[in-house]
Amino acid sequence: MNRPSQSNYTREAIKGIASTTLQTNLRSFQERLGQGAMRMWVELADPEKRRRVKASRMRTLDHLDIILASLAEKVRARGGRVYFAETAQDASDYILAVARKNQVKRVVKGKSMTSIEIGVDPVLEAAGIEVVETDLGEYIVQLAGEPPSHIIAPCIHLDRRQIGRLFADQLGIDYSEDPPTLTRAARHALREKLLSAEMGLTGCNLACAETGQISLVSNEGNIRMATTMPPVHVAVMGMERVVATMAEHRETLQLLTRGAVLQKISTYVSFVGGPADTPGETREFHLVIVDNGRSKILADPEFREVLACIRCGACLNICPVYGKIGGHAYASAYCGPIGAVVSPLLEGINKHADLCKGETLCGACKEVCPVENDLPRMLSALRHKLAYGSDQWDTRQMNPAEAFAFRLWRHLVTRPALYRAGLRLAALLQRPFIGKNRMISRMVGPAAGWTDSRDLPPIARQSFAARWRQKHPPTPDVAKKTAENSGEEKV
Amino acid sequence: MANTTVSLFIQCLVDSMFPEVGEAMVTLFDRLGIPCRFPPDQTCCGQPAFNSGYRREAADAARHFIAVFEDAEVIVCPSGSCVHMVRHAYPLLFADEPAMLARAEAVAARTFELSQYLVDQLGLVEVGASYHGTVTYHDSCHLSRGLGVIDQPRQLLKGVEGLTLIEMRDSDTCCGFGGTFSVNYPEISTAMVDTKIDNILASGAGAVVGCDISCLMNILGRLSRRGEPVQVLHLAQVLAGAGQGGGQ
Repeated sequence: MNRPSQSNYTREAIKGIASTTLQTNLRSFQERLGQGAMRMWVELADPEKRRRVKASRMRTLDHLDIILASLAEKVRARGGRVYFAETAQDASDYILAVARKNQVKRVVKGKSMTSIEIGVDPVLEAAGIEVVETDLGEYIVQLAGEPPSHIIAPCIHLDRRQIGRLFADQLGIDYSEDPPTLTRAARHALREKLLSAEMGLTGCNLACAETGQISLVSNEGNIRMATTMPPVHVAVMGMERVVATMAEHRETLQLLTRGAVLQKISTYVSFVGGPADTPGETREFHLVIVDNGRSKILADPEFREVLACIRCGACLNICPVYGKIGGHAYASAYCGPIGAVVSPLLEGINKHADLCKGETLCGACKEVCPVENDLPRMLSALRHKLAYGSDQWDTRQMNPAEAFAFRLWRHLVTRPALYRAGLRLAALLQRPFIGKNRMISRMVGPAAGWTDSRDLPPIARQSFAARWRQKHPPTPDVAKKTAENSGEEKV
Repeated sequence: MANTTVSLFIQCLVDSMFPEVGEAMVTLFDRLGIPCRFPPDQTCCGQPAFNSGYRREAADAARHFIAVFEDAEVIVCPSGSCVHMVRHAYPLLFADEPAMLARAEAVAARTFELSQYLVDQLGLVEVGASYHGTVTYHDSCHLSRGLGVIDQPRQLLKGVEGLTLIEMRDSDTCCGFGGTFSVNYPEISTAMVDTKIDNILASGAGAVVGCDISCLMNILGRLSRRGEPVQVLHLAQVLAGAGQGGGQ
């Protein structure tokens, strides 16, 4: 009810809405991929697949400790090292230690949201290590000094002219807005980095406990190079990104690439099971398994489901709110509907209160989600925490004035006579605001949020209830019952 | 089934701001010979509180609703989102109160949205209405995705004599209302309703029809501010045959 004074969310949202590049790109992206995914699920030859994968995801979460232990054991048996990081700081510190030990001066990265979540890039850079993104989109936003604005399409907020100018400035090439020319320039610059880096740092799309390997999908081949060229490969994964068996891995992967970009399979799928056996060369593989608040989510039955997410980004491609505001408004590693649920849970519900409240609960994200995650239900549950505060989630009540207003509202809606009197009063009070067009065009306070851009039909002179009563005068019997009910308090 | 007395569940926004929609529903039921009653103590289903996170307050509104409608044979409402609230949120609110849960579920099972009741329960697609003009239909989120009611309103519209239904692009994309969202995040909400309105205008239809007055109020409010002449009608108004030229 109380309009948040221009929060960061609103400010960034306004910027996004004002950007014609973003609007054009998001619109075509959503039309192609979001609506395409909706159609794809309807036409899926095996309609039970989504439910099966969801069930396996939830089953894995129920036994996560055992499955992760099994994964770690398998990776170690093959000469890889596994580190369980409790916090983002732990994970970054470990990665920095590995880099230092190997005298790393340059790190090439495969696209990884988890690496952004733990904030490892600034830690490495502060230690004098060059960090280079090798996914084309991530490389572009890195050159621009901006965070990614989509899980799969990081530079969706930029157009080729902006990228052309960026490349001319940063890579010293002649200005061009021809995509193949720009891609060749990026490839040329990245090839050098990939060949000279001492460490590759990637995420992990899926880890398989049965085989003790991680899988990485890409369409550019950069991940294959980043994981095989440098002598050291560090992969960082959220602890829920594991499946128990290869059979589950296969089906989950099928949903991942379909959900992400409607592909039956991505151009590259890299399986990494440990350090490569290269004669005359010491090679290392490190798997960093990050908790960073996930155990707490796992322990709460209301939110556990969000860990079933396979990070395909399909929800971004259908969400009408994300489709307007873009990714930067979410101010976290994860944007869109999934970000709106997972970022508050990982980083604080109060900190990301706008993400909990700033959606319409339209339900499109749930429908497009390959594993049918009920994000609207969880957004509603997050709002519940904000409404009253929650010790379990270390959350304080967001808006005491709003809470008071709803207590007042409760008082009215449970007392019909009072409710009716309140409506009549409101109808009187609004009179001076009604314009010639029988609309209210200007209101003050929070209600201005409506009338700044929209007219509001007034409260009718006579409510439906009053009209009904006029046409159907209560018989003595009904009148008596009505009187009884009106006085009744059901609290 | 047609002789079953319908208890009218008139959404608070319809009751207070769009009473003509409730009256249209009564006109329609009268024409179809469906007896109806209006439990006078009804207020609000509790959705505004629930969607804002105030579950205690929502639960109290739900208790009141259940007490008011408990003895109804069947409950019909001209709003998909209110029916969605009763059917899907009430059980959640009383998950830890078995006695209330049973009462809530019993009421939920007898609660229907207007088009759902006419088509699925009564098997009616022609209700003797006429409307001379073109309309486009907006799928409200809780009705289409929440309750799975997509074809029913369209079947009813196609059964209206003289009416031509023109589908708009992205008819099932949210209009940007979202309850308090529309007031708390007006810039985003307005950007969303603008896209909805662009799609309505592009359809070329003379009127937009929907089954949820909250969406329609949002669309109407923005259409009015933009000075667009498209009419905004609730399905009940079209089916009552009172829609043409009526508008809001």
